[in-house]
Amino acid sequence: MASVQISDVRKSFGGFEVLHGVTVPIEDGAFVVLVGPSGCGKSTLLRMLAGLENITSGTISIGDRVVNNVQPKERDIAMVFQNYALYPHMTVAQNMGFSLKLRKAGHADITERVRKAADILDLAPLLDRYPRQLSGGQRQRVAMGRAIVRDPQVFLFDEPLSNLDAKLRVAMRTEIKELHQRLKTTTVYVTHDQIEAMTMADKIVVMHDGIVEQIGAPLDLYDRPDNQFVAGFIGSPAMNFISGHLKSGGQPYVETDNGSRLPVANAPSASDGRPVTYGIRPEHLDIADDGIEVEVAVVEPTGSETQIVARIGTQEIIAVFRDRHEVEPGDRIHLRPRANLAHLFDKDTGRRL
Amino acid sequence: MTTIQTSMPPTTAHADTRSLWERVRVNRNWLALWFMLPAAAFLLLFLAYPLGLGVWMSFTDLRIGRGGNFIGFENYEWLWSDSIFWLSVFNTLLYTLIASAIKFAIGLYLALLLNRHMPFKAMIRAVVLIPFIVPTVLSAIAFWWIYDAQFSIVSWSLIKLGLISQNINFLGDSDWARASVIFANIWRGVPFVAITLLAGLQTVSPSLYEAATLDGATNWQRFRYITYPLLTPIIAVVMTFSVLFTFTDFQLVWALTRGGPVNATHLMATLSYQRGILSGRLGEGAAIATAMIPFLLAAIAISWFGMQRRKWQQGTDND
Repeated sequence: MASVQISDVRKSFGGFEVLHGVTVPIEDGAFVVLVGPSGCGKSTLLRMLAGLENITSGTISIGDRVVNNVQPKERDIAMVFQNYALYPHMTVAQNMGFSLKLRKAGHADITERVRKAADILDLAPLLDRYPRQLSGGQRQRVAMGRAIVRDPQVFLFDEPLSNLDAKLRVAMRTEIKELHQRLKTTTVYVTHDQIEAMTMADKIVVMHDGIVEQIGAPLDLYDRPDNQFVAGFIGSPAMNFISGHLKSGGQPYVETDNGSRLPVANAPSASDGRPVTYGIRPEHLDIADDGIEVEVAVVEPTGSETQIVARIGTQEIIAVFRDRHEVEPGDRIHLRPRANLAHLFDKDTGRRL
Repeated sequence: MTTIQTSMPPTTAHADTRSLWERVRVNRNWLALWFMLPAAAFLLLFLAYPLGLGVWMSFTDLRIGRGGNFIGFENYEWLWSDSIFWLSVFNTLLYTLIASAIKFAIGLYLALLLNRHMPFKAMIRAVVLIPFIVPTVLSAIAFWWIYDAQFSIVSWSLIKLGLISQNINFLGDSDWARASVIFANIWRGVPFVAITLLAGLQTVSPSLYEAATLDGATNWQRFRYITYPLLTPIIAVVMTFSVLFTFTDFQLVWALTRGGPVNATHLMATLSYQRGILSGRLGEGAAIATAMIPFLLAAIAISWFGMQRRKWQQGTDND
């Protein structure tokens, strides 16, 4: 096990820079998730950490060692690929033992370590099968088995669950997290799915367009997003954004363009009339007698909760309720934001106020 | 099947009373047979019939312009004691073995090279195909000049470089002639092997190489443990074809040497042509051609059983 330090790392393909100075500290034994929309550079960063891509500038250290010019096989890392990358011509046992075989480990040693990893992952009955004969979830576990057999310093996961169906994905999520709690190996996990990030991570790194938008614990990101991008990315359904102007005389509020007043718990001083974006999560809206008047467009009950898509003028606003309301499309209702849970962002920079 | 039943006229009381024709017309297996018929007819007419005729002819003393009588194995007995026939068998095996092995080695090397990322990749791949595109006889004539006893550019260059003092008699000396036709065959056959293996290489997922790299494999180990095993099905197919084509080669040798000097480059195909068509002894020529069949079947059998062994390709026993 080891800590990982990514310092001011940049990456260019040809003249095109895709990572613009990324710094991520990763503590020993942490489960860190790199999350962001496609094309944000998260996979590139992971591949640089693995040694599959060169580092244009900056440094990456594993433990105390700068690994910029260290060969992938010398880095003592193991990676689980999105398509699993299992060797199709080798059995499960051969797949898992391949790295040991290359290191000229003894036959008995390989068998023993493969068996141990297979026991952890429930793969013992499948050891003689070929990848073709396995289901998606089993292949996923073999890919993980191949990684843990080596007992590496760092595990890297590159969107490992995106090829699985929804139900299996949830099950494997739990399994990976349990595995980490058991092995306590430093893990870097890349995904575009913020739910995966929220449920699995000790620490989330939100990336966007080649920069780090925010680093923090899952609930910190949820409660105090640094900027509008993180606020919109973390949480599902996404946070509602309403533009307006801040009024800070007496009890502060945000006046929307069509005149509604949105309550704010405390506003930064001397900001009267400032254009802002008001952010409120769907679950932080209540149906009330006062508040913003909206027209219900769609009602989507999921059983445990009800999601209401409503409109203020042309803008869409989503609200989620745990209790059941008798609401029909076309109804006009009032939604009241919980003032202490509202977020304010600068309209131009998107920074949190 | 329900659509068929509803479409039947209501007056039909029992389904069993449908005529045989009616049942055959709607049966899916019969339909498949109808669709296969044109292809089957084509194969029978142009493959099975000539093959059968050839085999039958080998048991007759047929000559051009004269009907033949069935003479049993006489042609084969005659060939058995014919040293020129055995020389042609030896030549064919030598030719096939050496040319195929070298074609495989060079083809694989080229395929690995072309599979790398490099500038003008598409153009270089197209260039590699050129020997394959040029008609065989044209390239044979070009080689004929290259190997010419007096005007050979190879001899000329080597003399100018001071490496040899007189022209090499490429097509006049037994060993040189064999080497020369083998070289020409290799030149012509490499593109097929290279391009087919390249196609096979491109089906190997790059992430397998990345996984192997992280597993600690060197370049050689990646080839040995990933590329080569994953390529074996393609290698089996391409080498089977390559061996079959080389074994049955005729044009190149005929255009270059006509089997000479002193039968040193006579292959079974050229000998068969010489005896059967030029000398008019169709029966004997057919017997030589028929004698090639066991060799070809053996080549196919080897690759077939080679392919059968690869269990990882078949995901059937998914118990």
